[in-house]
Amino acid sequence: MRSLGPILMVIAALIALWYAAVPIMNIKETVTQLERGGAQVVPASAQERRDAGHVGLVAQNSFAIPATFAQERPRLPAPHQVGAELWDGVVGKKITSKRSLVYHGWITLSATLLGFAIGAGLGILLAIGIVHSRVMDKSVMPWAIVSQTIPIIALAPMIVVVLYSAGLQGLFPKAVISAYLSFFPVVVGMVKGLRSPDAAQLDLLKTYNASTSQGFWKLRLPASMPYLFASLKIAIAAAMVGAIVGELPVQGGGLGNRMLTGSYYGQTIQIWSALFAAAILAASLVALISLIQRGTLRRMGLV
Amino acid sequence: MIYLVVALAIWLALWALNTRLANGPSADTRVVSLAIPLIFGATLLIIWELVVRGLNVPLVILPPPSLIAQTFASQTAILWADFVQTFIKGALTGYVIGCAAAFLTAILVDRYALLKAGLLPVGNFMAALPIVGTAPILVMWFGFDWHSKAAVVVVMVFFPMLINTVAGLAETTAMQRDLMRTYGASYTQTLAKLRLPVAMPFIFNGLKISTTLALVGAIVAEFFGSPTLGMGFRISTSVGQLALDMVWAEIVVAALAGSAFYGIIAAIERGVTFWHPSQRT
Amino acid sequence: MAAPDLPVISASALDLTFQTGDGPVHALKDVALDIHKGDFVSFIGPSGCGKTTFLRCIAGLEQPTGGTLSVNNMTPDEARRARAYGYVFQAAGLYPWRTIARNISLPLEIMGYAKSDQAARVERVLELVELTGFGGKYPWQLSGGMQQRASIARALAFDADILLMDEPFGALDEIVRDHLNEQLLALWARTQKTICFVTHSIPEAVYLSTKIVVMSPRPGRISDVIESTLPKERPLDIRDSPEFIEIAHRVRDGLRAGHADDA
Repeated sequence: MRSLGPILMVIAALIALWYAAVPIMNIKETVTQLERGGAQVVPASAQERRDAGHVGLVAQNSFAIPATFAQERPRLPAPHQVGAELWDGVVGKKITSKRSLVYHGWITLSATLLGFAIGAGLGILLAIGIVHSRVMDKSVMPWAIVSQTIPIIALAPMIVVVLYSAGLQGLFPKAVISAYLSFFPVVVGMVKGLRSPDAAQLDLLKTYNASTSQGFWKLRLPASMPYLFASLKIAIAAAMVGAIVGELPVQGGGLGNRMLTGSYYGQTIQIWSALFAAAILAASLVALISLIQRGTLRRMGLV
Repeated sequence: MIYLVVALAIWLALWALNTRLANGPSADTRVVSLAIPLIFGATLLIIWELVVRGLNVPLVILPPPSLIAQTFASQTAILWADFVQTFIKGALTGYVIGCAAAFLTAILVDRYALLKAGLLPVGNFMAALPIVGTAPILVMWFGFDWHSKAAVVVVMVFFPMLINTVAGLAETTAMQRDLMRTYGASYTQTLAKLRLPVAMPFIFNGLKISTTLALVGAIVAEFFGSPTLGMGFRISTSVGQLALDMVWAEIVVAALAGSAFYGIIAAIERGVTFWHPSQRT
Repeated sequence: MAAPDLPVISASALDLTFQTGDGPVHALKDVALDIHKGDFVSFIGPSGCGKTTFLRCIAGLEQPTGGTLSVNNMTPDEARRARAYGYVFQAAGLYPWRTIARNISLPLEIMGYAKSDQAARVERVLELVELTGFGGKYPWQLSGGMQQRASIARALAFDADILLMDEPFGALDEIVRDHLNEQLLALWARTQKTICFVTHSIPEAVYLSTKIVVMSPRPGRISDVIESTLPKERPLDIRDSPEFIEIAHRVRDGLRAGHADDA
């Protein structure tokens, strides 16, 4: 395993940088607030302050620095503020509460997982079809490749609204977007994997007069596993993005919805905590797939 | 009903045509390999058109391709303005800044072992995250105009580009490095004459992945606030007005822009990495 | 430049120990050898005998852990910086994004030769290795033997007096190898270079060398040094002469002796 030391150092440096940025980002609003509260600030006129540089303001009003870390709606919340909100959202609220991050996280997670399962399943099936049918290969494969260059996510709001007007709402529309986004990486990766056995390996099976399905189960499928898992990791991250973006146009909750409402009402701490919750969730999902990958490949003797 | 029958007939006929082409003697020629997917695409469009007409699908669910084409043709001014706002100003600016920043960072990271050991795992981790979620924050910081969209794009393309470049710079073999040492080559000479050329296929891989991410970032960021133009803005407002033909027209623009952008980068790649086994034909 | 009686490369009591997870590995132990100007020295031995390691020490690519080693009366590292030698690896290692000519001018660019001088030198060494006219081709358009010849041209381009060759023909088939051996001898006769040549082929070592250094493993050391009695002029069929067979026999004996105390 790689040593943790340098990683922790970089993370510590990033957090330090973050803390250092907080006063600079928040100084204007803080100074204005403190002035309203009767404090002496430099320069005194709002006009001059507007034109002043952030760093200069921090230097001139060093007494205001502690307050920059405790703003209610900071431009940049301090790490501990985000951490506290995250902790409060996960542990401090009942999971049925609309303010619980577990509640919103579950909404996003369930859409992600359902969409991922549908998308990956269909992707694997299409890949099998493509590998075994020349006409499907020639007709569909170019589009599968081209589709990866298209920002499919632009479809998300439309899919949600169209499915809504067709009477479908809640989990399903988001899952459709997630499925759509996770579908193509799986198709492309799986086709590559199923085609990865080289000519000598295929010839060997031919000398045994093996059937197509024997060739599939005994050679192509096992050979495709490393490719499949690599694309599943991309797919689940894409599914998560799909679920989050799918939550933007509707009021049903979820981490994407938390971000959007947070940005409407200037609740920056809420945005950041939702963002971190999404990041942790995505990282866990990718880690989970890595774990399954390692287990599977080890059982197959590939690692 | 008649539409559906015709649709089915056309599907069967064109699929049969494709099957013959794909299994025919000239299947691997350039023309046929191009014709087959085009026929397939055309089949889908025709079926779409006929099914929408045949079943009288409401326009608010799925407009027929002919209507989308009409809208596209009649609204070119709006579509062009949206394209300039979202693609040229937002996506392209962010793409250039993000990729350049990631490239320079990669060279730094590669130079210092400590940075490599620490920053690379963090970068790998970041590349898998839903970075598009930073959009509301960046929109708040940089305002509604294209600057915030460019900022989202910078953040989105940075990590994939960084990881690919660092991987590429590590791609030299021990023998290639030894050769440079026998010449007493300096760090910059080794970088310019050996490591950057070796890294090019990886760098272009990062650049290609980033083309799609740039468009995604620029469009999604507009869902969090934008001036009254832009592809993402048009999509979300047109969805609200149930003007789905306009939404589809914007999606066509996005698809064309996305694949053209990717195609241009891929063409440059072919020119630069003509020597790589994957490019030799 | 070294006087004729002074050795060009001189090693004494040379030790190199790698620290590995399984304890120290003695790659070289107490190696002493003098190589004079114009010598063609082959290093032969089973894998792990340190022949490549010794060559890399001469090149300043490995640091000995004990003893002394001088190249042109300098330390190997100084010699490397003074560009005292050209190094040919087992694989041609040509850069696929450069033409043959541009590959050969790579060391010249790094060493700061003038553009016009570069072109003239490239032409000259291309002729030396019989590749005139192939300068505009890319490496992947050439056969393995031609690629290896180009890599020799690359090592010759900057006029170093010493040529270090690490199994340069090891990956080529026998027919191509014979041809290149012949060419290499002709090139050596024309250029008067000092050549150090690592190989695991007995006929190759005997055919090419004025001096054959037989090495044995664990620890890597020199077990025999054989001065060749063959004439300088060597047609390919010299390999059927009794003299040739006699020397080959001695080399084989030396190799077997090295293996004996291995058991």
